[in-house]
Amino acid sequence: MSERSPGSSVAGLDATRVRVLAGDRALIDGVEVHAPAGSVTALVGPNGAGKSTLLRALAGIHRPAEGVVLFDDVDLFALSRRDRARRSAFVEQDTATDTAMTVASVVGLGRMPHQGLFGDAESDAPVADALATAGIAELAGRQFGTLSGGERQRVVLARALAQQPRLLVLDEPTNHLDVAAQLAVLRVLRTLAARGVAVVAALHDLTLAAAHADRVVVLRDGRVVAAGQTEPTLTPELIERVYGVRATVLRHPASGRPVLAFDPLDE
Amino acid sequence: MTRVAPAVAGAALVVALLLSLTFAITIGPAEIRVDEVWASVLSHLGLAENPLTALRDGIAWELRLPRVLTAAAVGAGLAIAGAVMQAITRNPLADPYLLGLSSGASLGAVAVLLLGVAVALPIAAFAGAMAALVITLALAGSFGAITPTRTVLAGLAVSALASAIASLVIFWTATGDSYREILGWLLGSLAGARWPAVAIAFAAILIAGIPIAIGGRVLDAFAFGDTTAASLGVNVTTTRWVLLVATALLTGAMVSVSGSIGFVGLVLPHAVRLVVGARHRVLLPLSALVGAIFLVWADTLARTVFDPRELPVGIVTAIIGAPVFAVLLARRRGLA
Repeated sequence: MSERSPGSSVAGLDATRVRVLAGDRALIDGVEVHAPAGSVTALVGPNGAGKSTLLRALAGIHRPAEGVVLFDDVDLFALSRRDRARRSAFVEQDTATDTAMTVASVVGLGRMPHQGLFGDAESDAPVADALATAGIAELAGRQFGTLSGGERQRVVLARALAQQPRLLVLDEPTNHLDVAAQLAVLRVLRTLAARGVAVVAALHDLTLAAAHADRVVVLRDGRVVAAGQTEPTLTPELIERVYGVRATVLRHPASGRPVLAFDPLDE
Repeated sequence: MTRVAPAVAGAALVVALLLSLTFAITIGPAEIRVDEVWASVLSHLGLAENPLTALRDGIAWELRLPRVLTAAAVGAGLAIAGAVMQAITRNPLADPYLLGLSSGASLGAVAVLLLGVAVALPIAAFAGAMAALVITLALAGSFGAITPTRTVLAGLAVSALASAIASLVIFWTATGDSYREILGWLLGSLAGARWPAVAIAFAAILIAGIPIAIGGRVLDAFAFGDTTAASLGVNVTTTRWVLLVATALLTGAMVSVSGSIGFVGLVLPHAVRLVVGARHRVLLPLSALVGAIFLVWADTLARTVFDPRELPVGIVTAIIGAPVFAVLLARRRGLA
């Protein structure tokens, strides 16, 4: 994938000079994010770097104080809320609720931007597609409150898929999940990217980002310190500079993807 | 858990409500048969000759009918208000009572009744409810983002203060017999419900209750929090304020005709949710029907159990509602 030349228009997310304020303090400042359609872009960085704040701006939910968020050359904040919700879906971190809704009803919420208040969401074809893509078709009739954490996360993911977005933004989608559930979520993200969706996910687990993301954006103190394709960007030098941790980049014997090995704890 | 088909449940509840209204009118010191109830109604609609004596017709048409209709409308309104509050604050304990709306409305009503503030009663009650709501949310520091715990704590404080001020006003101004009337306000009573009360309560249902129920799907989006609602294209702040004002209107109107009746808004939406699930397009209309039926019978008990003395209906709803709530809590824990 070639780097974008200035001024050209590229399919996908293109955010420039993004600045988000809390009071008069800048949580995010001068941030550029480029996330092409058809790829998974991981947003990484230490705790408190501003990842969640930036994602809300990138998804078109929280308007930044300055900057432009373009998706396929359209300003997300110039669209109506409903138009925006048809292009961009957002999966929040830790959506804890015990709502007495079936999985199909929860996923059906994703049809709201398309149907308004009066559609019959549960029987809609995109809901069935979303359930199948997320690999949870067999859960459709279950009560959401009875599901495991990994199942819930895939239901919430399916709800976002039912929006049929071209841009999918996720805040720590693998948080609190066991390894099988983490990989299940990442598999869904890869499937979407293969269908041409621009996927942007905050991942605090660097090894997951190294193994599964096409591109990384490294955020520290509200600024981008590095961005680009995963392998040339996520170097041991960068990891030491950003996290203060020494690491070695190995190579997976089967896939050839980078594998991060962190140095042993000091004796 | 098995869930009941909403359409079946709705049809059954409509029939149950009509039967409840009819039979509740027949119950009381003066025996009035079901056919006499209908004859009286038809004659007043100009559709039949009235076979009843003037006295019996007066009891049916002037006393009992407006009273059961008011009870039904108030029960429906409070149940809708409670379900909406629970959804937009994401707090299962929210109801008009807990967030200070009822107490604020009572204070507004007491101010009109006892201090002679020259405003129409429902408007004063609505103003009181709105004021209580605004103070509650301001105290919770949650304009914009409402945190469930702080909202309830703030609501408790506002509720206690409004009740205390109302009681103080009553203490200074009430004499002799008016105490009983005042107690009715604080504990809730439908003893004074005549046709004007029916008009107020049904107007509130038409203006606020039905629009809320029709647009109920938007409340589903709030189940997963504000950010998710926003990501689904919902204008979270505007939607929340419109719904809160509509709820205040509903509560204010209901309190102005019945005083503050507790537990209906808290317990009934939970019970209905257990049976048909949390989708608001189903939950709101069914809660309204169950609330209507429940309050018709609660009020019938209130006026007959210690006949000729009347209990404030709020005591009946609390005596029934509190144990039911405890059972619901236990079941919830069993499910989790």
